Amino acid sequence: MLTILFDGVAYGMLLFVLACGLAVTLGLMNFINLAHGAFAMAGGYITVILMDRLGLSFYLCLPIAFVVAALLGIVLERLLYRHLYNRDPLDQVLFSIGLVFMAISGTSYFMGARQQIVHLPASLQGRWHVLGAEIGIYDVFIIAACALIMIALQLVLTRTRFGSQLRAAVDDGRVARGLGIRVNRVFALTFAAGSGLAGLGGALGAEMLTLDPTFPLRFMIYFLIVVTVGGTTSMTGPFVASLILGIADVVGKYYVPGVGAFVIYAVTVALLLWRPYGLVSRETAR
Amino acid sequence: MKRRSVIFGALAGALAVTAAPVAFQAARAADTVKVGVILPMTGPFASTGRQVSAGLKLYMQQNGDTVAGKKIEMILKDDGGVPDQTKRLAQELIVNDGVKVLAGFGLTPLAFAVAPLATKAKIPTVVTSAATSSVTEKSPFIARTFFTIAQAAVPLAQWAHKHGINKVVTVVADYAPGIDAEKAFSQVFEKAGGKVSQKIRVPVANPDFAPFLQRVKDDKPDAVFVFVPSGVGAAFMQQFKAKGLEEAGIKLIGTGDVTDDDILNSMGDVALGTITAHQYSAAHDSKENKEFVAAFEKANKGMRPNFMAVSGYDGMHLIYYALEKTNGSTDGKALIDAMKGAHWTSPRGPISIDPETRDIIQNIYLRKVEKKDGQLYNVEFDTIPDVKDPVKAGELK
Repeated sequence: MLTILFDGVAYGMLLFVLACGLAVTLGLMNFINLAHGAFAMAGGYITVILMDRLGLSFYLCLPIAFVVAALLGIVLERLLYRHLYNRDPLDQVLFSIGLVFMAISGTSYFMGARQQIVHLPASLQGRWHVLGAEIGIYDVFIIAACALIMIALQLVLTRTRFGSQLRAAVDDGRVARGLGIRVNRVFALTFAAGSGLAGLGGALGAEMLTLDPTFPLRFMIYFLIVVTVGGTTSMTGPFVASLILGIADVVGKYYVPGVGAFVIYAVTVALLLWRPYGLVSRETAR
Repeated sequence: MKRRSVIFGALAGALAVTAAPVAFQAARAADTVKVGVILPMTGPFASTGRQVSAGLKLYMQQNGDTVAGKKIEMILKDDGGVPDQTKRLAQELIVNDGVKVLAGFGLTPLAFAVAPLATKAKIPTVVTSAATSSVTEKSPFIARTFFTIAQAAVPLAQWAHKHGINKVVTVVADYAPGIDAEKAFSQVFEKAGGKVSQKIRVPVANPDFAPFLQRVKDDKPDAVFVFVPSGVGAAFMQQFKAKGLEEAGIKLIGTGDVTDDDILNSMGDVALGTITAHQYSAAHDSKENKEFVAAFEKANKGMRPNFMAVSGYDGMHLIYYALEKTNGSTDGKALIDAMKGAHWTSPRGPISIDPETRDIIQNIYLRKVEKKDGQLYNVEFDTIPDVKDPVKAGELK
């Protein structure tokens, strides 16, 4: 029982790292980026390539995946995304879904359509026995890593100068600009950080979620669920939502394998009926 | 008036242009036999296309492109794994290119899409890669050089019961072949007196196996029977190890697509010890196979042939064989009749085409994943000779 709960927490944490970048761009910058999963996929593929072809260690690949995905984020933001900040949501959706398809085709062209396999280092394999439960070491690693990321994010957003600049830029870009905040730069950095986190999530999750070129499409729904259920005004909402959904998914699959895959959607519907604006929202009516 | 004459002129010109190649083709058709091959060369099933086409080409390369005085010309088309495309391409190949034989087809729905065309146009169709039993029943012009899922699952169930496995949990991907595998395995296993304590179906699209495997582990069976698309097999095995099922004394058994030779090596040591039943292993110990593997690897930059490749290789052999028997006649009825009862020694062992069902009869081998010379192989340790498709033989409901 404890084992299942633990699995669920690990899965939820992973969802959070993957989706929090989306929560940032969607919630703080009001930009709908469906191509978020493509950055996660990039992170996963970078890990596979570095480990298999260059023999780098898994631990070293994680920060690299973050940095490369973030750089990719900056480049795309400067070249493409920034032109769409003020366009209506439909344009943003169409544009970013187009990017998803390009990412899928591009990846299959260069890397092949087959599934990529990440070989975890021996130190992360195996299980610990705690209180009668068996706990995967890799699950512990994921939970620890994600908890750190969560805390760091929260601190940056609420306690630093950059965090308040970002919130100011989002609330009223014109006034923020008038106060001397370089709104464009703030947005670019935020976008990069979000993409980087997705890349890191992709690298962490490649083993558990399986990695192939359709990754961005397969997990787009999960990201969107996390962000919708969690609400987009803070980091706490998506975090709680990820945990609930992760646990619900794993527990559902364990106890009722026949309908297990649907549990996550049922929970989503129930949560949204209860709180249509997300678990944590700024105001109940917008 | 002027306008009309222009149109007539254009029409006449167009006719002349199209008529000339037709006449030319007719003249050439007498000594060329075109074989239309449709495979998924792109998309999620691209590895099937790559392996099968390499097998087909290797056979032609080794045996020359002339049979019974006819030159064989292979036309390869990519359907991306989409049935509508398969059908359209087959139509084009038959009508425009005038192919006399069709071959390939990477998945069951793709073979189904072509079956009515094969019947209507009387074109012999060699199915190299669709494993549902009923494929050969969809048209009297279909023959198969692949395998059926039950053909591998049934011997496995019998073997498992004989070797001290009494309680099994089945885990299959929730789509037609997965359900076929579940049914074939559990029917035979239960009939033999074993117990299938749970039948778990997992989503095809989003496989996170951890919770399912935890459930299996808590049930404490002797073995897990698994059927998942071959790429996903690797993820399954990683989770199987990570969840400690092996240490709990649970065996992993399945049909051989899970330990596909094409990706077995990249799965890593998690695959070690997996027991599968299948018709072909690159490690099959025979002279024919050693030559085949060496030639295949040489022709394809070291790519290891898998069961798809050997199916393509045998598919082309069957076409050559039939043409030789008809003395080069390309009459559809004569060709398919010539294929019935064909038997030869393939790299996978002795095989034949059942005269009644036009399906393949072949040995099924039990294999275990082992390490040889630093590489992972399916090493065969038991043989069940001359297995017919159990569904058509009436062994299954």
